[in-house]
Amino acid sequence: MASPRKKVIRFSRLYSFSCFRSSFGDEHSQIGLKGYSRVVYCNDPDNPEQILPRYPSNYVSTTKYTAINFIPKSLFEQFRRVANIYFLVVACVSYSPLAPYSAYSVLLPLMLVIGATIVKEAIEDWRRRKQDIEANNRKVEVYDRNHGFQIARWKKLRVGDLVKVHKDEHFPADMLLLSSSYEDGICYVETTNLDGETNLKVKHALDVTSNMHEDDSFKHFKAVIKCEDPNEDLYSFVGTFYHDGQQYPVSLQQFLLRDSKLRNTEYVYGVVVFTDHDTKVMQNAIEPPSKRSKIERKMDKIVYVLFSLLVLVSLIGSFFFGIMTENDIDDDGELRRWYLRPDQTTAFYDPNRSALAAFLHFLTALMLYGYLIPISLYVSIELVKVLQVIFINQDIDMYHEETDGPATAKTSNLNEELGLVDTILSDKTGTLTCNSMEFVKCSIAGVAYGSGLTEVERVLAKRRGDALDDSEVTSSTSIQSDDGMAPGKSVKGFNFHDDRIMNGQWVNEPRADMIQKFFRVLALCHTAIPEVNEEKEILYEAESPDEAAFVISARELGFEMYERTQSHISLRELDHESNQKIDRPYELLHVLEFSSNRRRMSVIVRNVENQLLLLSKGSDGVMLERLSENSQDFVAVTMDHVKRYAEAGLRTLVLAYRELSKEEFSLWEKEFLNAKATIGIDRDALIEAAADKIERDLILLGATAVEDKLQKGVPECIEKLEKAGIKIWVITGDKMETAINIGYACSLLREDMEQIVITLESPEMTELEKKGDKEAVAKASRESIANQIRRGTRLLSSSGGRSALIIDGKSLTFVLSQNLEDPFLHLAINCASVICCRSTPKQKALVTRLVKKGTGRTTLAIGDGANDVGMIQEADIGVGISGVEGMQAAMSSDFAIAQFRYLERLLLVHGHWCYRRISMMVCYFFYKNIAFGFTLFWFEAYASFSGQPAYNDWYMSCYNVFFTSLPVIALGVFDQDVSPRLCLKNPELYKEGIQDILFSWPRILGWILNGIICSVVVFFFTTSSAVHQAFRGDGQVLDFEMLGVYMYSCVVWTVNCQMALSINYFTWMQHLVIWGSIAVWYAFLLIYGAFPPLFSTTAYQVFIEACGPSPFFWLGTLLVVVSCLLPYLLYRTVQTWFFPMPHDIIQLWQRGTSDDRNGKLREKDTLLCK
Amino acid sequence: MSSDDVSSLPSKKVSRKPIYSRFTQQELPACKPILTPALVIGILICLAIIFIPIGLLALSASENVVEVVDRYDDACIPSTNQKVGFIKDPATNKTCIRSLTVPKKMRKPIYVYYQLDNFYQNHRRYVKSRSDRQLWSPKSESSTNLCDPEGQTGDGKPIVPCGLIAWSLFNDTYALSKNDAALQINKKDIAWRSDRTHKFGPNVYPKNFQNGPLIGGGKLDENIPLSQQEDLMVWMRTAALPTFRKLYGKIETDLEANERITVTIQNNYNTYSFNGKKKLVISTATWIGGKNDFIGRMYMAIGGTSLVLAVIFSLLYVFKPRPLGDPSYLSWNKNPQ
Repeated sequence: MASPRKKVIRFSRLYSFSCFRSSFGDEHSQIGLKGYSRVVYCNDPDNPEQILPRYPSNYVSTTKYTAINFIPKSLFEQFRRVANIYFLVVACVSYSPLAPYSAYSVLLPLMLVIGATIVKEAIEDWRRRKQDIEANNRKVEVYDRNHGFQIARWKKLRVGDLVKVHKDEHFPADMLLLSSSYEDGICYVETTNLDGETNLKVKHALDVTSNMHEDDSFKHFKAVIKCEDPNEDLYSFVGTFYHDGQQYPVSLQQFLLRDSKLRNTEYVYGVVVFTDHDTKVMQNAIEPPSKRSKIERKMDKIVYVLFSLLVLVSLIGSFFFGIMTENDIDDDGELRRWYLRPDQTTAFYDPNRSALAAFLHFLTALMLYGYLIPISLYVSIELVKVLQVIFINQDIDMYHEETDGPATAKTSNLNEELGLVDTILSDKTGTLTCNSMEFVKCSIAGVAYGSGLTEVERVLAKRRGDALDDSEVTSSTSIQSDDGMAPGKSVKGFNFHDDRIMNGQWVNEPRADMIQKFFRVLALCHTAIPEVNEEKEILYEAESPDEAAFVISARELGFEMYERTQSHISLRELDHESNQKIDRPYELLHVLEFSSNRRRMSVIVRNVENQLLLLSKGSDGVMLERLSENSQDFVAVTMDHVKRYAEAGLRTLVLAYRELSKEEFSLWEKEFLNAKATIGIDRDALIEAAADKIERDLILLGATAVEDKLQKGVPECIEKLEKAGIKIWVITGDKMETAINIGYACSLLREDMEQIVITLESPEMTELEKKGDKEAVAKASRESIANQIRRGTRLLSSSGGRSALIIDGKSLTFVLSQNLEDPFLHLAINCASVICCRSTPKQKALVTRLVKKGTGRTTLAIGDGANDVGMIQEADIGVGISGVEGMQAAMSSDFAIAQFRYLERLLLVHGHWCYRRISMMVCYFFYKNIAFGFTLFWFEAYASFSGQPAYNDWYMSCYNVFFTSLPVIALGVFDQDVSPRLCLKNPELYKEGIQDILFSWPRILGWILNGIICSVVVFFFTTSSAVHQAFRGDGQVLDFEMLGVYMYSCVVWTVNCQMALSINYFTWMQHLVIWGSIAVWYAFLLIYGAFPPLFSTTAYQVFIEACGPSPFFWLGTLLVVVSCLLPYLLYRTVQTWFFPMPHDIIQLWQRGTSDDRNGKLREKDTLLCK
Repeated sequence: MSSDDVSSLPSKKVSRKPIYSRFTQQELPACKPILTPALVIGILICLAIIFIPIGLLALSASENVVEVVDRYDDACIPSTNQKVGFIKDPATNKTCIRSLTVPKKMRKPIYVYYQLDNFYQNHRRYVKSRSDRQLWSPKSESSTNLCDPEGQTGDGKPIVPCGLIAWSLFNDTYALSKNDAALQINKKDIAWRSDRTHKFGPNVYPKNFQNGPLIGGGKLDENIPLSQQEDLMVWMRTAALPTFRKLYGKIETDLEANERITVTIQNNYNTYSFNGKKKLVISTATWIGGKNDFIGRMYMAIGGTSLVLAVIFSLLYVFKPRPLGDPSYLSWNKNPQ
C-alpha cells in the first residue's frame, strides 16, 4: 500500500446516472418509527447504547440443528410424517396387551428407519456447519482505537465497527461505505453472489466521509446511523447519517452488501450496519419453495387407500371376532369353547361384552395389518433418490470440459419428475445461446463487411436445401465447435472475417475515413476498463459481453484501447498514412450511459486535434430518430443491412457521431451540470432531457452485428425433445425478429409451420397510443388480442398442421391481466411451439404459472440469469445453466447443468429412468407388503379373527428391513429398461412418462391385485397342501410354528422372484441382492433358531429340525412360488406380444440388433429388423 | 453461498470432472432378460418337464400311503340331547369300542393320530397362555403371568404346567387290538426332539395340575418329569388351523390287508360343547408324509397348464408371427419423413 492515492480518478463525475447524490425522500421521514428503528453508533464501542446486546454479533449459523436440540428437533421433524406417527403409536401401544406381537419387534424396525433418516440429517447439517465455520473464521481488518486496524475474524464483528476491506475481498457484513482508495470515495463491487449479475456496480460514499483515506483519519471519527430494520429487499436501503451535528441521507448508493466483492478498488473503509441474520443476504436466504414430485403426492394417496383398506380389513375381522366371542357362552350359560375359559376372561375376549371386545380387537387388528403400510417406503425412496442423484452428478456425458461444470442436482426430491416433463419453458440468452457475444458483421457507410455465415443463416440455408457445399458447412461447423472457440488464433468475442478491413487493409477502402471513425466509436464509446494481465495482454472489464465484444474487435482491427483514466481514454491506433501505430489520447468529458430506457449510450470526448466529438451507439429505432435531417445517402442501405442482420439472428446497434462546436458544448454542459446538481424527484427527467438535447443531428456511421451463438447441439436437442412429446416455449426479452430467427435456428420453428403472431404493434394501435387516451388504448388492445387469439384458434383448427405461436410482451401483459388466459392457453397448448418475446422476468414467472396451473402438467423452466429465477422457482422443476451470467439461476434451481444440450440426457435418460425406477419401486413396495399383509388376514380367518399373527414376531419385523429391502433399492437405483443410447435414439419412450402410464391408477391397482392374488395363493396352497396329514416321513404333522415358516418362506421367495421377473437389468448386484435376500432369510432362520427357546420361542430349531429335512417343505415352496408368478409371467408375455409398450419394443429391438454388445448399431441389423 | 466461493478459489482448483468407471456411468455388464417368444416357450416347457414328473412322483407316493380314518365322536356317545352333560359327568362310563378294517397292507411304522375339528388352538388367548420359562426350569415355577386363569390355584400356588393349553390337554385314549391280541402303541419319541431336550425340563414335575374347580382335559402323572410327558409336548405344539391331527403313538408291526382292528376308546374329551368332531387316524407315511394328493395334483396341473400354453404360444409363433421389436411399430416411426 505504498501510495493509497495512486489512482486519482474522479469517476463519479463521469457517471451521470448511477452516481446521484442521495436526497431525502419520503422514506426518510419514517426514520425512528416502526420498521426504521435501527441505530448504529459508528466507531463507538464504549457507548453504553452500543454495548447493550441489541444486535447480534457477526457469528453466522445456517445449521438447522445445534448439538443440544439435535435429538429432539430431528425426532420432531421425523414424526411430522403421518406414516411415522402411525408406527410410533403402534410401538407405544404394543406395550399394552392389545398388541398382537412384542413391542421390541415393532420398535426395532422403526428405530432403524428413523435412525437412518436422522443420520442423513446429521450429515447434511454437519456439512452446513463446516461451511459456517469457514465463513466465520475469515479474516478482516477492524479498527481498534488504540491499535489502528487489526486483523479479526468475521464472527467477532459487531454493529458499528469500522472495517477496512481490500481489493477482491468479500464484505463480511452489510456495511455503509465511508471512503475508498479513490479520491471521491467511489468503489466497484461485484454482486455475482447475490443477483448473478457479472457487471460491476459503482458505489459512492457520502462526500462528508469520502476524504478519509488514511488509517489514522478515523481516530476522532464518530457518527450515528439511523436506518431501516433488517429486511430482504436487496435494492433499497434507507437511512440517515448523523455527523458533526449534520444529517445526511444515505441510500443503496452507500450500502455494501455482505458476500459481494470489492473490485477494481484498492480498499474501502466502511461501518458495519447489519450483521449475521440481519444482513440482506441472510434475509434472502429463505428456503427455496420446497417442491414435491407428483409421484410422491400420488403415493400419499395410495397410502391413504391402503389405510382405508387396513381399516376395512380390521373392521371385517372385528365384526366376526365379536360374533364368535359372543357365541363362546351360549344362552344357557354353557361354555362353548371351554378351552378358552370364556367364563373367566379379560375384556379382550369377554363374551358378555362382545362389543367392547370387538372394539379392542379392532385396535389390535390395526396393528397387526399394519404391514399393509410399508414402513420403510419413505426412507427407501429417500435413499434411492440420493443414490440416483449421485449417478446424475457423476454422469460424464453431462460434464462440460470448458467450464469444468458437471451436472448437479440440488435436490433429490424431483428426480422422477424429470421423466414427466410436458412443457419446457426456456430462456434464450445464455440458455439456448452461449451469451458470449461475438462481433461478426458490420455495415459501414452502406457497405456490409463480414463474410462469415452465422449459425442461423447456416441452419436456415440447410433447411431450405440451398446448394451449400456440404463439406463447407460441416467443416465450418467443426471449426466453430464448442462455443465458437475456434482453434488457433481465435479471440473470444471476435469472429469477424473480411480481408477488406482486416490487417489494416481498410485504409484502401473508398470510405476509409468513415471506417476509422466507426472503429473509434467502438473503442471509445463504452465503460469498459482495461486490465493488463501477467502476460502483458490487455483484458477488458466490461459491463456486458456485448460491450466487451466491441472493445475487443476495435482492438483486433487496430484501435486498441490500452488505458483509461478519470479524464482520458488512450488508444493505440494504426495511422493510415504512416502505417504505424501511434498513441492517441482522448479527453473524456462526459459519459451518458446506456439504460434500458434510453437504449443508447454516448460519450463526449476531445481529441488531439481539439475537436469535440459526441460518439453514440444505440438501437436502430432510437438512433434513426436522432440522425440529422440532411443525412447521408446510405441510411436506407444501412437500415436494410440492420434488418438483414436481425433476420440472421444477430444483435444490432447503430453507430453515429457528431462534431460539437465549443459554444454549443459549453452551453449544453452548463445545463447538464445544472441538471445533475438538482436534488429531487425530477432530477432523472432533467438529466435525460439534457442528454436528449445533445444526442441529435447525428451523422450515421454504420451498424454492428453481434452474434450470440447458439450453444452446441441446441437444435438437435430441441428436435429430440419435441419428438419426445415435450412442448417447448421460449420466453425471451429479445425482439420479435431475433426471437423468430433463433426459433428457426434451433428448429423450434420450421418452414412448414403456420405462424400465429399476436402483437400490438399495428399502425392503428400506434395511432391510438399517440392520442394518449390510456383507457381507449387498453380497451382496443384487449379487443385486438382477443381477436387475434380467435383468429389463431380458427387458423389452427383449419390448418390441422403444426403451428407456432409468437406473442410479444405487451400483448402478454394484456393476456395475463385481462382474463384472456384461458383462450390463450387453449391456443398455445395446441401449438407445437410458443415464443414469447420482449417479456419481463415477472412475465416469465407468470407464464410459467399459467402453464402449470392451466394444464396441470409438469413444467420445467430452464434459464441462466437472475431474471430467470422467478420462472425457475415457479416451475415444477427448475433447471439452471451454470454459465456466464453468474450463479443465481443455478443456485435457485433444482438441477444445474452446464449446457442446454445436456437437458436431453437429463430428461430422456435420467428422467426416464428415474421415473421408471421410482414408479416401479413404489408399485412393487405396495405389492410386497400387500402380499405379506394379506396372508396374515387369511390366517386370521382361520384363527377366529383373534389377532394371532401367523408368524413369529421377528420374522414379521424383519420382513421390510432385511428380506425384501435391498432388491427394491437396487431396482430403484440401478434398473434400466433401455440403454442410454437407445433412450436418446428413441425419444418417444419418454411419452410413457408424459402420459404417466407407469404410475397410472390401473397399473397401481394391478399391482395391488397381484399382491392379493399372491397372498391367496400362498395361504391356500400352503394350508391345503399340508395341514392335516403328516408332512414328513416320520409321521410328524405341520403345526403352527412350521406353517409360519412354510408360508413365510413362500412369501419371501415369491416377492423376490417377482422382483427378478419385473426388472430389466441384471448385473451382479441384482443377483447378489435378490438371491442374497432369500439366503438371508434362511440364514436368519438358522441363527435365530439356534438361540435358546426362551428367546427364539416358536422359531427354536424349527428349520433345522422340522422344515429343512422335509422334501415336502421344499416341493411346496416351489409349487407356491411358481403358481404365484405364473399369472404375472403370462400377463407380461401377452402384453409384450400383442400390446407391447414402447419400452418393450425397444428392448426387443435392442436385443435383435445386439447393439449393446457391439457398442455401435450396424445398419444391416436395422434393415434385418424391419 | 460461501461454499461456492471457496470452491471457485483458484487455490482449490480441482477438476470437478466425474471419474469414469463402468459403475458410476451405469454401464456395468448386465444381462437383460426379455420375454421373447422363444424364452417364454422355453420357460413353459421347462416348467412342464420339471413339474409333471414331480407331480407323478408325489401322487404315487401319496398312493402308497394307507390311511384309515374313523370318526367316533357321534358314535361313542348316547344319542341323547345331553351330550355335553354326559361327557362332563365323571361318573359315566365312556368306554367305546370301534372296529376298523385295514384296506391295504400297512408297513411299520404305522402312525396313530387323533384329529380334532373346530378346535381353535391358534386362538390368540390360547396360544399365549403358556409359560416356556416354567416348563423348562423348576426355579421359574411361579412365572405364570401369561397363564391366567390357569396360572395359580385358588390359594395362590403355581400350577405346573400352567396355562390354557396344558389345562385343556387331550385325554381320549385308544387301545388297539388285532384278533384279540393287543397291538402295542409306542408313545415314545412322538414329540419333537427339541421339545424333549430344550423346552420341557427334566427336573420339572407337574404340580397342582387340574386341581381347580373346573377340570379341563387330561391329568398328568406328578412323578414323571415334563421332559418325558410326550403327550403333553405334542399337545402343546399348537396346531395351525382349527382342524388338526396330532400324533398319538406308533404301531411297530405291519398290518395286513383286510385285517380287522378293534379300538377301545376312552371317550373323555369334550368336543361336544363346540361341535367339534373327533377322528382316529391310522396311517403310514412315505417321503412326502401322509396321504396327500393335493400337492401331486397341483404339480400336474401347473405342469399341464404350462405344456398347453407352450403349445398355444408355439402355434401362434409359427402360424401368426408378429414382428416383435420392430421400431416401426412405434407410432413416431409410422410416418417416416
